[in-house]
Amino acid sequence: MPDTFYTVSPHWGWYAVVEFFVAGLAGTSAGIAALLWLFSRNRDDRLVARWGFGIAMVGSVLSGLLLIADLKRPDRFWHMLLFSETLLPTFLKWWSVMALGAWALFVFGGTSFLIFVGSLAEAGRLPRGLAFLGREPIGTILAFVAGLAGTFYAGYKGVLLNATNRPLWGNTVWLGALFFASGMAAACVLLLLITRRRAPATSAWLGQLLFGALGVTLVVALGLLFSLQGSVLRLVLGNVYGVILALTLVFGVLLPLILTWRPQLLGRYAIPSLAVLVLAGAFLLRVAVILSSEAA
Amino acid sequence: MAEPMGFFTDTSVCIGCKACEVACKAWNQLPARNGGKVQLSGMSYDNTVSLSGIQWRHVKFIEDFTPDRSTGRWLMMSDVCKHCVRAACLEACPTGAIIRTEFDTVVIQQDVCNGCRACVSACPFGVIEINPETNTAMKCTLCYDRLQAGLVPACAQACPTQSIQFGPLSELRQRAQQRLEQLHAQGVTQARLYGHDESILGGLNSFYLLLDEPEKYGLPSNPQLPSTRVPAAAALSTATAVVLGLLGLVGLRKQRMDQLAAAAKQGNDGE
Repeated sequence: MPDTFYTVSPHWGWYAVVEFFVAGLAGTSAGIAALLWLFSRNRDDRLVARWGFGIAMVGSVLSGLLLIADLKRPDRFWHMLLFSETLLPTFLKWWSVMALGAWALFVFGGTSFLIFVGSLAEAGRLPRGLAFLGREPIGTILAFVAGLAGTFYAGYKGVLLNATNRPLWGNTVWLGALFFASGMAAACVLLLLITRRRAPATSAWLGQLLFGALGVTLVVALGLLFSLQGSVLRLVLGNVYGVILALTLVFGVLLPLILTWRPQLLGRYAIPSLAVLVLAGAFLLRVAVILSSEAA
Repeated sequence: MAEPMGFFTDTSVCIGCKACEVACKAWNQLPARNGGKVQLSGMSYDNTVSLSGIQWRHVKFIEDFTPDRSTGRWLMMSDVCKHCVRAACLEACPTGAIIRTEFDTVVIQQDVCNGCRACVSACPFGVIEINPETNTAMKCTLCYDRLQAGLVPACAQACPTQSIQFGPLSELRQRAQQRLEQLHAQGVTQARLYGHDESILGGLNSFYLLLDEPEKYGLPSNPQLPSTRVPAAAALSTATAVVLGLLGLVGLRKQRMDQLAAAAKQGNDGE
C-alpha cells in the first residue's frame, strides 16, 4: 500500500478549490500582461495588458481573502508573512513552500495593483501624475516583478499539493505544471472574451497562446495520470471525481483545443463557447484534484 | 541542549487498558469527544478511532483473525506523535509555530499557530489535526511542560505494563534491542523495531517494537519527507512556464514582423 495512504486530510475543501482557480487565473494573467507590457508597444497589446493586470489585481485580493477566511485562526493571518516572535519575514524559512507562497501572493498583489494603476493613468483613466507607475523604469520593473511573482504563484499552488503526503498530491510531481498550464488557458480565454472586439490585433496572439496552453495542459494531465500507481488511481479517482476528471479532460481541454484550432466550427459563438468550456474545465480540474484526495 | 529524549513503545506488553489515553487527556486538559457522549465506533474496543487534535494518544485494537475466526490474536499499540528527527510538519509550517525543543522533541506553539493545516497534510503518519476548541493544530508535546520540570510524560507514568517507556534515546534503543533479542529467542520471529534507526525520517524519537509488519498497525513502511518532491515539481512547473512564455514571445515577434511587412507593403503600394 502506498505510504501516502496513512495520512489525514487537511480539509481545505471548497475554499481551496476556488482559491486555486483564482490563483491560476490571476497569476497567469499577470504573466501574460507582463509579456505584452514588456515586449510590445502596440495599442491593442497595451489594452489587453491593462486588463491582464486588472484581473491579476482583483484575483490577488480575492485569493488573499479566501486564504484568510480558510485559516482556522484568521486573526493570525499575518503570521503567514511575519514570524510573530521576531517580526522577521517568513520567507527566511524558504524551505516551507507555504511561506514562500504567502510572500509570492503579497508581492504579486502589490505589484499588480501598482502597475494596474500606472497603466490606467497612462491611458488617461486616472490622474496623469500616477502615470510614472506605468512608464520606464518603474513600470518596467513593476511589470516584470508582477509577471514573475504571478507566474510563480500560479505554479506554486500545485507544488504546494506535491509537498504534502496525501494520496495523489504526494504521489506525483506534475501538479504545479498542470495548474500553471490550465490557469494560463483560463487567463487567455478570459482576456480573449473581454478584449476581442476592442483589441482585435491581440486576439490572434491570445488564440495561439490558448492553443499552446491547452495542448500543454493535456500533455501534462496525461503525464500526471501515467505517473500514478494503480492503487492510487483506484482509491482517489475510482469514484465520481475520476468521472469529473475524465469529463473535464474531454470537454474542458480536448474539445476547446479542437475549437481553438478550428474556430469556424462554431462561427461567432466560438469565443463565448470556448470561454465557458475552458473556465469550467479549469475549475472542475481543481475540483477533481483537490476534493478527490481530501475524500480519500 | 539536553540529551535527546523519547518514547519506546513495546507493543508486545500493551494490554489495551487506555490508561495512557486517560492520563494524556487529564494532564493536557483535552476535551472529550462528542461533548462527552458515548459513541461506539463498531471497530473492536477502539472507540477513540484515531489520533486527533483532542486525542494525542490512541490505543489501537487490531483484530488479526482468520476469515472463519477459528484462530486469531489481538495486536494492541499505543500510538502517538513520532517526534521525527526529520519532521515533515516542522518543515511545512510557514509560521514557525512548530519548533524543536531542547529535548529534541517537536512541539506546536499554540500562540503562534494560525490553523493553516500545512502540517496536517505533511505528516506522513496522520498524527496532527485541528483542535476544534482552539482552532489550532495540536498533537503530543511529549509533555514538554513536565519534561521542563524533570517529570516523566503522563502517559509513560500511567502505563501499568511499561509498554510505554520514556527516557534518553540512547538508553531506550539499547533496551529495545535487548527486548527484541529476547522475543526472537522465544520464537517470536516477526517481532521488529520500527523507527529506532535513521532509516525512517532520520529516526523516530518515539519508536516501536511491533509484532508484525508496520502496515498491520496502520504505519507506513517507508514514510517520505514531502519536501523531497519539491525540486522536481518546481522544475516541471518552471519548464511549463518557460515553454508557454517562449510561445508567447515567438508569437509577439511574429505579430510585429507581420505588422512591419504589412506597413512596408502599404508603403510600396503608395509609391
